[in-house]
Amino acid sequence: MLIQHPPGIASSEITEERIFLNRREFIHSAAGATLGVAAGSFSLGKDAEAMSLGQQEILNVQPGPFGTDEPKNSFEDITSYNNYYEFGLDKRDPSRNAHALTTSPWTIRVDGHVAKPADYHIEDLLKGIPFEERVYRLRCVEAWSMVIPWVGFPLSTLINRFQPTSNAKYVEFTTILRLSEMPGARRPVLDWPYVEGLRIDEAMHPLTILAVGLYGKTLLNQNGAPMRLVVPWKYGFKSIKSIVQMRFTADQPRTAWNKATPNEYGFFANVNPTVNHPRWSQRSERRIGRFFRQPTLMFNGYDDQVASLYNGMDLRRFF
Amino acid sequence: MGLGSLKRAVFVACVLPALWLFGRGITDGLGANPIEEVTHQTGIWTFRFMLGTLAITPLRYLTAWGRLVPLRRMVGLFTFFYACLHFLTYGVDYWFFDLDAIIDDVINRPYITAGFTGFVLLIPLAFTSTHAMVRRLGGRRWQQLHRLVYLSAGAGAAHFLWQTKIDLRRPGIYIGWLALLFGIRLWERFGSRWWRRVTG
Repeated sequence: MLIQHPPGIASSEITEERIFLNRREFIHSAAGATLGVAAGSFSLGKDAEAMSLGQQEILNVQPGPFGTDEPKNSFEDITSYNNYYEFGLDKRDPSRNAHALTTSPWTIRVDGHVAKPADYHIEDLLKGIPFEERVYRLRCVEAWSMVIPWVGFPLSTLINRFQPTSNAKYVEFTTILRLSEMPGARRPVLDWPYVEGLRIDEAMHPLTILAVGLYGKTLLNQNGAPMRLVVPWKYGFKSIKSIVQMRFTADQPRTAWNKATPNEYGFFANVNPTVNHPRWSQRSERRIGRFFRQPTLMFNGYDDQVASLYNGMDLRRFF
Repeated sequence: MGLGSLKRAVFVACVLPALWLFGRGITDGLGANPIEEVTHQTGIWTFRFMLGTLAITPLRYLTAWGRLVPLRRMVGLFTFFYACLHFLTYGVDYWFFDLDAIIDDVINRPYITAGFTGFVLLIPLAFTSTHAMVRRLGGRRWQQLHRLVYLSAGAGAAHFLWQTKIDLRRPGIYIGWLALLFGIRLWERFGSRWWRRVTG
């Protein structure tokens, strides 16, 4: 059997995280400096880029498992009622501000305990991956919910390709941080960049997907373009958007909301009607588009699939 | 402007936020989560009207504008009106007043406890707001009773602060205004006398 060892990377070669996360800003300003007064053509280029970022039809989407026949939320609701604090705190802010985010080109840094760490172009990552439609419930920690027809593929498909080592117990995900295009991130609401994480068995679970689209088309920025995580049995804040980094770690990642208020947002954040948020009830939820609240289900109704992941765990303690 | 037309103008101004919200409601303009939007809007307007009510007395100290005082009752009653709308929205939201869920909330959710307390404290104030009730209670007792408004405002501030998810800037601004209005009163009552004594 051929085992390929990647060449070691000297620490001097590793880009500092802040610069890496801001690299397009860096490229832009560097380009601007080189071009000197070519500001006009520069902005033209940006406009052309923006136009090419319009939603595209995703071809050959196969129906996937774990679906629900509950009525789907409208495209309008899914794309106008969002929590994406880098674009502002109001639910409507992301739909107003997110168009400014440049999502092409897009690279994802894979590092930590993996056999194949690299900066991957998203096109290369997605090449040859069959896309499925997964109609999932999404339950926000704020006690509202939606049903969303995602287009994506199991996260395990990529993880297998990266070949994590036996030290990889967790996966840490990071969202893009680009202050020039993310007005909400200029204020220290959370400790930017946004970080989320999963235990490796949660990440490998067949329910866990990376989504690149919804309703058959590529994601809009407010929904986490070009690629975001979807973990339907956990509160929505776990399903991190616009991923630029996946790090395989031995220790539990320090996630954004957990760092901000650890007594309110746990690392696991499994949907659980019997464990209330310290300040509000999680017993019920409002399905967007319906008038009356409805009871919240254990693991958001996916307990048959995922309950065994947490056998023997005290879910009050590990909330 | 005479008092009558001033009162009419203020009345119309006080009704406008409710009308505007109603207008957005019938034109599908409340977004994806209309009940949440109505809850937020009626809540924030309750707090604004509370600030308006509590601003009238300090304005009198500062500007000797005694003509505002007859408006205080109306603005105060509008505070109660918006608080009622806010509470009704919450009640309808919970399966048309599912008492178990509401009692659980009032007992176990500090921000609901605070909001509910603030609301309940307004009820006797609204009930005793008429001239006849002022006469029946006597001015002194009536005034003592109506000091409950400070407790109610404090409970409202706690309610606002506790329900905020992470960004305390917005409630901070509102509560700052409330603190200023409290501060002016305290100064007027205790501070100025003390200042005269020390400066003699």
